[in-house]
Amino acid sequence: MIHFVVHDENDSAGVVVVEGIKAGQELSGWVMDQDKTINMKVQNDIPIGHKFALKNLAQGATVIKYGHDIGKTVAPIKTGEHLHVHNVKTKRW
Amino acid sequence: MKTPLFPGYRRENGRVGVRNHVIILPVDDLSNAACEAVAHNIKGTMAIPHPYGRLQFGADLELHFRTIIGTGANPNVAAVVVIGIEPGWTKRVVEGIAKTGKPVQGFSIELNGDHKTIADASRVAREYVQWASELQRVTCPIDELWVSTKCGESDTTSGCGANPTVGSAFDKLEAMGATLVFGETSEITGGEDLVASRCATPAVAEKFMQTWSAYNDFIVANKTDDLTDSQPTKGNIIGGLTTIEEKALGNIQKIGKKCKIVGILEPAETPTGKGLWFMDSSSAAAEMVTLCAAAGFVVHFFPTGQGNVIGNPILPVIKLTANPRTVRTMSEHIDFDCSGLLQRKMNLDQAGDELLKVMLRTCNGRFTAAEALGHREFVLTKLYRSA
Repeated sequence: MIHFVVHDENDSAGVVVVEGIKAGQELSGWVMDQDKTINMKVQNDIPIGHKFALKNLAQGATVIKYGHDIGKTVAPIKTGEHLHVHNVKTKRW
Repeated sequence: MKTPLFPGYRRENGRVGVRNHVIILPVDDLSNAACEAVAHNIKGTMAIPHPYGRLQFGADLELHFRTIIGTGANPNVAAVVVIGIEPGWTKRVVEGIAKTGKPVQGFSIELNGDHKTIADASRVAREYVQWASELQRVTCPIDELWVSTKCGESDTTSGCGANPTVGSAFDKLEAMGATLVFGETSEITGGEDLVASRCATPAVAEKFMQTWSAYNDFIVANKTDDLTDSQPTKGNIIGGLTTIEEKALGNIQKIGKKCKIVGILEPAETPTGKGLWFMDSSSAAAEMVTLCAAAGFVVHFFPTGQGNVIGNPILPVIKLTANPRTVRTMSEHIDFDCSGLLQRKMNLDQAGDELLKVMLRTCNGRFTAAEALGHREFVLTKLYRSA
């Protein structure tokens, strides 16, 4: 069972692709570009399609996904924590 | 997968369609009721009501005509009855569609009233539908197929699975010589450099960047906040997408890894050659798909995450998703479930091949989910206020 996928090994966040992921759960993930598997523990409940941090991110850090800039953190995010609109914003609009 | 053939209807101008509609097309909002009455009278015809066509001017009026004429001219349409409130603009639409050589006739309501207009138009519609019902599909090479794409209610699974599946299919179709289009100008924001790098020539890349910048400048000039809930939409955010950049990078997975962009189109503009085109267009699903149909595309790939239910009156919209929850909760809307990609039960190459098989079955007449459910969203893009 793959619980989450990552586009590129340098990405800041993984995407949960199954339903019902709970805080504290140990997850197995697939890094698509490098075609390898990794394991991570999440710190929050993560709905399907939502992301969690793969590394500690300081406030104001650039968030990387697809190997590209997808915005900036507006609060510090720890490894395994839910990463979404409450702590990440666009740099564009 | 070897280069396939597809079954289609060859039209008078040589283009090939995969549907055989006889449409009753209003020039303007006032003519919707008469068009719907004709479609009610004559079985097998379809009215395409819409809210515009009065007092428009300049580029907005040109886009209205291009979209209405393009809809009638689309090869998925066998014949057209046009109805307008007055004869002038009605004639302009009829003459535009007539350039394809297909049967088309116009009726105007002023000095006739609805009753006489409906009676006269119904007689012609009956002749058209009986004639069209005898037309047969013929086998055509895939390089005569025009395929469009636009995604909707995307979530993160769109960028991981459904959009790359379209990208795989587009890479294959481009190699086979098909004509392809993508667009959604505002939803390129964050990945515009990647799209520019995929343009076939520096001149195309420059035109792309001008087109994207103009749209982006318009949004920035008119926005009242950071566009939270608009772009990304509330549905996108519920689905896990956080920023426009993330949405854009997922969006552009639809153009695959290899195809090059050969040119930039105005909204509803018809391509002049094979290969992948970018169309300056709204990111709202029904507006974009309507523009693709008006440009002459005959089958559409629509990847979704959270489950956009869109269809189009004349363009079969093939829906795919990689989100297993959407498959579970909204299966009646999904033509191709590619959620297996995210569990490594299939690879992208296989998913692209499977999507092409669904496309060929659709070309052969299989109803898409949206067609079976009666989704006929026809939404005109309006550029600005009327005069």
